[in-house]
Amino acid sequence: MSIEVESQAAASVPARVPALEVKGLVKHYPGVKALDGVDLVVHQNEVLGLAGENGAGKSTLLKALVGLVKPDAGEIYVRGEKVKLRSVDDAAVQGIGMVFQEQSLVPNLTAAENIVLGSEGAGVKAGLYRWSEMRRLAQEQFDKIGSHIDPLARTDTLSFADRQMVEIAKVLRIEQRSQHPPVIILDEPTSVLESKEIETLFTQVRRLREFASVVFVSHRLDEVLDVCDRVAVLRSGQSVGEVQTEGAQPADLHKMMIGSTGSDDHYHEGLAQPSEEERPRLTVRGLSAKTFRDVNLDVHAGEIVAVVGVHGSGREDVCRALFGAEPTTAGEVTLDGKKLDLSGTRAACAAGVGYVPAERKIEGMVGPMSVADNMTLAKQKSRCNGPLVVPTKQATLVDRWIERLSIRTPNRTTAIQRLSGGNQQKVVLARWLVGNDIRLLLLDHPTRGLDIGARSEVYRLMRELANNGVATVLLADSLEEAIGMADRIIVMSDGKVASEMPCRTGAKPTPLDLVKEMV
Amino acid sequence: MTSPAEDVDVAAARPQPRRGVSLRDAGPPIALVVVFLVFAALSSQFRSIENIQNILDAAAVLGVVTCGITFVLMMGSIDLSSPGVMGASALAVALLVQNNRNDNDFGLLGVALAVALGAALGALSGSALVLLKVPSFMTTLGVSAIGLGIATLMFSGVQPNISDEMLGSWATERLIGLSYLTWIAIGCILLGWLIQRYTRLGRYAFAIGGAEEVLSLSGVKVAPYKVAVFTLAGAFYGLGGVMVTSQLGAGLVQAGDGYDFSAITAAVVGGTLLIGGRGGVLHSAVGVLLIVVLTNGLVQIGVSPYWQGGVQGFIVVAAVAAAVIPQRRRNQVVK
Repeated sequence: MSIEVESQAAASVPARVPALEVKGLVKHYPGVKALDGVDLVVHQNEVLGLAGENGAGKSTLLKALVGLVKPDAGEIYVRGEKVKLRSVDDAAVQGIGMVFQEQSLVPNLTAAENIVLGSEGAGVKAGLYRWSEMRRLAQEQFDKIGSHIDPLARTDTLSFADRQMVEIAKVLRIEQRSQHPPVIILDEPTSVLESKEIETLFTQVRRLREFASVVFVSHRLDEVLDVCDRVAVLRSGQSVGEVQTEGAQPADLHKMMIGSTGSDDHYHEGLAQPSEEERPRLTVRGLSAKTFRDVNLDVHAGEIVAVVGVHGSGREDVCRALFGAEPTTAGEVTLDGKKLDLSGTRAACAAGVGYVPAERKIEGMVGPMSVADNMTLAKQKSRCNGPLVVPTKQATLVDRWIERLSIRTPNRTTAIQRLSGGNQQKVVLARWLVGNDIRLLLLDHPTRGLDIGARSEVYRLMRELANNGVATVLLADSLEEAIGMADRIIVMSDGKVASEMPCRTGAKPTPLDLVKEMV
Repeated sequence: MTSPAEDVDVAAARPQPRRGVSLRDAGPPIALVVVFLVFAALSSQFRSIENIQNILDAAAVLGVVTCGITFVLMMGSIDLSSPGVMGASALAVALLVQNNRNDNDFGLLGVALAVALGAALGALSGSALVLLKVPSFMTTLGVSAIGLGIATLMFSGVQPNISDEMLGSWATERLIGLSYLTWIAIGCILLGWLIQRYTRLGRYAFAIGGAEEVLSLSGVKVAPYKVAVFTLAGAFYGLGGVMVTSQLGAGLVQAGDGYDFSAITAAVVGGTLLIGGRGGVLHSAVGVLLIVVLTNGLVQIGVSPYWQGGVQGFIVVAAVAAAVIPQRRRNQVVK
């Protein structure tokens, strides 16, 4: 039934009418203009990339397109007709659906239920489930993308990549509801996928183009250029232009996003000072645990060592183990010649080891607590006289660090969750600095989710700390970041150290050199 | 090239999807069998047919109440209203069927009205949760007090003794060796399982416990389902109150005393965890049997009644600890 309707619909709408058009969209939040007159056109059967720094207004725009945000002004046209989108449901009826950045499936339901959730149609009659019908409806969607997932499998038994396929199948179901070729929005779909899975996803996106329009959002500009036909760029809530991807370079997009050619010395390599230390500050010998084995590692004072590897290489676990946050089975770790106790995080803190976790919002900070309390969380002594907290002592200390790191916050009592990501990360870093005893910093994706400007500031901070003699272990967000920041790179593969290569300024390896060792 | 052993190591690094029957699902039934066999070996009295009938009869009311609370727990909410709801329905049914306080003789209709009163109180809990955004812990505690208040008003100082033959026979008459009450409980559990498996209400209750935000993002209005789940639970408690009245032959305000704790305990021991989205009616039914078998078994092997409360509490904590062992990790946050 649906197939007939589809072909009719496709025939009735001339190809030049854009599938989706946005004119002069404005959205104000208190103190912020999230969208300041955005124009956007999505043609039929097109993959449109959407690029922009964090805070450029991408997420607000996407939310407005699926009815989660009500714009203050501006119009949205679907296939030439003006529409008002008040809810996800409204958007679905118009044929607009979104695959959310955080996977949005109910883990304890079957794949089929997730796909039809909210629009069960014939799958539920009078409140009663008809499982065979449910299965058929889901299979119909899976067939569109050529997936062989069992519709009645519980979602939490599926692999991450499979779950993403379920999400896409779920979004494609709006095709049945709107009776029109759908517009599918993919918000950062690749951020947690491995390279092989990304390839599968791209194949899928190209397949979607056959019968749908796709809006593709990603931080990784090379991906955007790879998979999209055209890229629209947003900057501070405004559309600043678009690029045909044919022959375009990431650098071109980059320039449009930040509004200038950008600093050539993104990683502040000019600040890098080679470490002169002979004796390593951190030595790791034969460290083993469930997910890695026999890891040997030296880090000198003032040195930044990046550990790279694919998902599952065990590098995150090594990092956490060094902080005592993950149990180990064998091996010895010394810090400045003294054995480091890995049985818990307390010993590591006391020895001058600092850890910046990848999940900033979950593990890195206490959201509703103030900047000051977050900053002094690990080093209680820094704000106390004896057992008592001395507010004036804390205030002086925290204000000094706010100034030194130029943290943009109304004041020290502001809840940390109200700060921007970059400033939050600076507070998290400052936590290890207020005690004045930091010797080793373990940075687990310290720039994840930060925009280019904020990243640059974190990089400069890392350089300054290294120049002051702090040893740093960095798990970088990208290979470029690892190469740009590190003095030395350790490549991990299958839970073991695969190779080690110097990475001094002027003699940097290329990403390709690293990839060869990683797989 | 990597050796097979290395492959295993690497596979462990990525969170693996769960497959097949997990320990969490299989644990409680295994525990039930083991506990049963241990007591059976220790006491000949325990393994007699009469005693097994006793165990099932004793499990009937708890089974019905637990069936109701299971849906609330699946949503990730909690329900402490059963003592009040059961008290109110116990008094209501006692005054509606043949009794020594008035001339009513509504029979089964009286039972239905008492169950409906329970459902109404449940709907009150759900509405307060949804409309006033009061956490279920507080709303249901409040509704329990309201239920007890209604029960006390109806009691008004004179205990209603029932003379209704139909209701009286529930506790005394037997069919294939089991009392009518036990059959009612079995029917409730079957009904509960069907609701959980084949109705939108049951599946959504499960989904709300799994990821409520996702439902909203998919265009589902969650609030009506939450109210419906509390209403359903209230109806089960109402029936529980009626069953207690049948057992006692009189309507008592305290009919539901302690059932809140026992039902949550049974559900959790059976694998319906408080975090929501796990377990189900059958899990909870196993939990009920486990609790009742333990209580009965301890009496049969001669443990002093003075010890039993403490021993039961200890078993609950031990069972929950065993249930979370597979997920325990360093720096885990427990609230």
